[in-house]
Amino acid sequence: MKPGLHPLVMLALVAAVTLFGRVLPTWTLSLATIAASNALIALGIVVLARTGNVSFGQGLFFAGGGYGVALVANAWGITDAVAQVIIGAVCGGLLGLVIGPLIARYSGIFFGMLTLALSMVLYGALVKSSALGGSDGFNVGRPSLFGMIFNDTREADFMLYAVSVITTGLAGIAATILFRSELGLVSLAVRENNLRTEYLGLSATRIITINFVIAAIFAGASGAFALMAQRHVDPQFAYWTTSGEFVFVAVLAGYQSVAAVFVASLALELVRSFSNLYLPNTWQLVLGAFLLGVILFLPRGIGSLWVRDRHKRIKPAAALPVAAQKEAAQ
Amino acid sequence: MNLFLTIVLDGLIQASWLFVVALGLTLVFGVLKILNIAHGSFYALGAYIAASAVTLAAAYSLPPAAGFVAMLLSVSLIAAAVGILLERGLLKMFYGRDEVVLLLVTYAVFLILEDVTKLIWGVNPIYATQPYELFGKLEFAGLYYVGYDLVLIPISAAIGFLVWFGLNRTITGKIVLAVIHNEEMSVSMGVRVNRVYAAAFAFGVLLAALGGALTAPKISMQPGLSSDVIILSFAIVVIGGLGSVEGAAVGAILVGLARAASVHLMPQAELFVIYLIMAAVLMFRPEGLFKRETARRI
Repeated sequence: MKPGLHPLVMLALVAAVTLFGRVLPTWTLSLATIAASNALIALGIVVLARTGNVSFGQGLFFAGGGYGVALVANAWGITDAVAQVIIGAVCGGLLGLVIGPLIARYSGIFFGMLTLALSMVLYGALVKSSALGGSDGFNVGRPSLFGMIFNDTREADFMLYAVSVITTGLAGIAATILFRSELGLVSLAVRENNLRTEYLGLSATRIITINFVIAAIFAGASGAFALMAQRHVDPQFAYWTTSGEFVFVAVLAGYQSVAAVFVASLALELVRSFSNLYLPNTWQLVLGAFLLGVILFLPRGIGSLWVRDRHKRIKPAAALPVAAQKEAAQ
Repeated sequence: MNLFLTIVLDGLIQASWLFVVALGLTLVFGVLKILNIAHGSFYALGAYIAASAVTLAAAYSLPPAAGFVAMLLSVSLIAAAVGILLERGLLKMFYGRDEVVLLLVTYAVFLILEDVTKLIWGVNPIYATQPYELFGKLEFAGLYYVGYDLVLIPISAAIGFLVWFGLNRTITGKIVLAVIHNEEMSVSMGVRVNRVYAAAFAFGVLLAALGGALTAPKISMQPGLSSDVIILSFAIVVIGGLGSVEGAAVGAILVGLARAASVHLMPQAELFVIYLIMAAVLMFRPEGLFKRETARRI
């Protein structure tokens, strides 16, 4: 969405951020890993939100990815981090392929409710399935990378950080390309008015389904990261408050910029860990107040802090599609 | 036959308090068009206040009946005050925003209230069992029931009838219905929509808290109470149709029966059978069972 930034520049940015991890203290490293992982799933929500639908059940694919990776890891001993991310993404994507076509016919609040219901079905099933550890879940081993085994905690943390930042970065670049592509622009048209899109000869359901599957893939991969970071998986992955937090990040970011998703995710993790540290009994209170503050004072999300100026500059050139301008006007 | 009766009675008992909570949710959605995630927190708030009221009444060695009345009164008063304060002080600032943004505002309120209840009442389970003994035990077709549970059914039926009567047979109710159907038109006819909003939200909070108060003697109050209840009442209003009173009643009975049936027949399905019903209803009737389809802009 940010016109002008070349994918290669973004690649360099991702590489720089990854290398920056070498000088970060350990506690920031794991925090940044979680932030990157959450950013990935929130990015999926942003991709989907461009069609006008917000999923309140991304926890479904998050848990799908987490459990899928954990089961494969325990059954066949696949501990490679990159392989695990791919497995997670595939699990999420497959679930998305099954659910997407069913759900794409709905819109607005019903879409949200249905996704929420489905993720709660999975939660209920997981809690009661004793083979998968019930409500306690189960543990998995430490991830490796390309045959290397990391016994030093700092090295292991950095490896995880690097893999998650690179994956999320690549996903961000892919999303930027997607947003500028035909599909991305048509998605905005669906959000404006799905019936008119149909009249133009495009299938709105198909467009929503494709975006839904992309979001599911991102969520599955994010589930894999959460699993690797915690080395533990439990039904809480699919609970509605987990999904709510991801929507939280997406709304915090606003729908204008991919970079904003990362910033928002990092900001949320920072607020959480600091309020956890200094106000251990009231961190949810702080989080809620923070969310209210952002919605009240930055109605278009954190992204509007720097995207607003950009819009002003390019408006005369009329470089933006109508939908994006309308979005900016909101 | 006995099993069948047990399931029906258990289901109706469940349905009775669920209905009161879901009724508040559906009214708030109907009038303000907000799907209120914090609704579960108001339920928890009601339960906690009820527990305090009952304990206080017991400390002054009042009879359990007085404790019961004190509990209902204090919960209603506090909940109405909290509702008006929240609507006027907070929600008002967000009107006109996207549905999803409003949903997140209530999510933020949910997070805040979660900690507020923890700060006030702590994290250990709290009990308020005195009123539970109030109506003794009853034998019914060879089954023993706690009177309190059975009394819940007529209480919630009465609440449901009062709400229906108030909405459909009084002037105030007609005004509220007018706001539900067309807000702009009501404004132009001289309705003070702001007041209707505040009153409807406060009433919704009151119903949620009342639901909490009525269940308080049956359960132990502890953190996490709200997030389970909100999901149940979501399911109910979605099944019945958002904004519909009859729908909330039917949805509550369906959910209550489904829960009772799964507890007795298939305990491992207890958690997800409700969401399964909700998903099924949404698949075939996305507007819910009781909602008329509305025209949309092309």
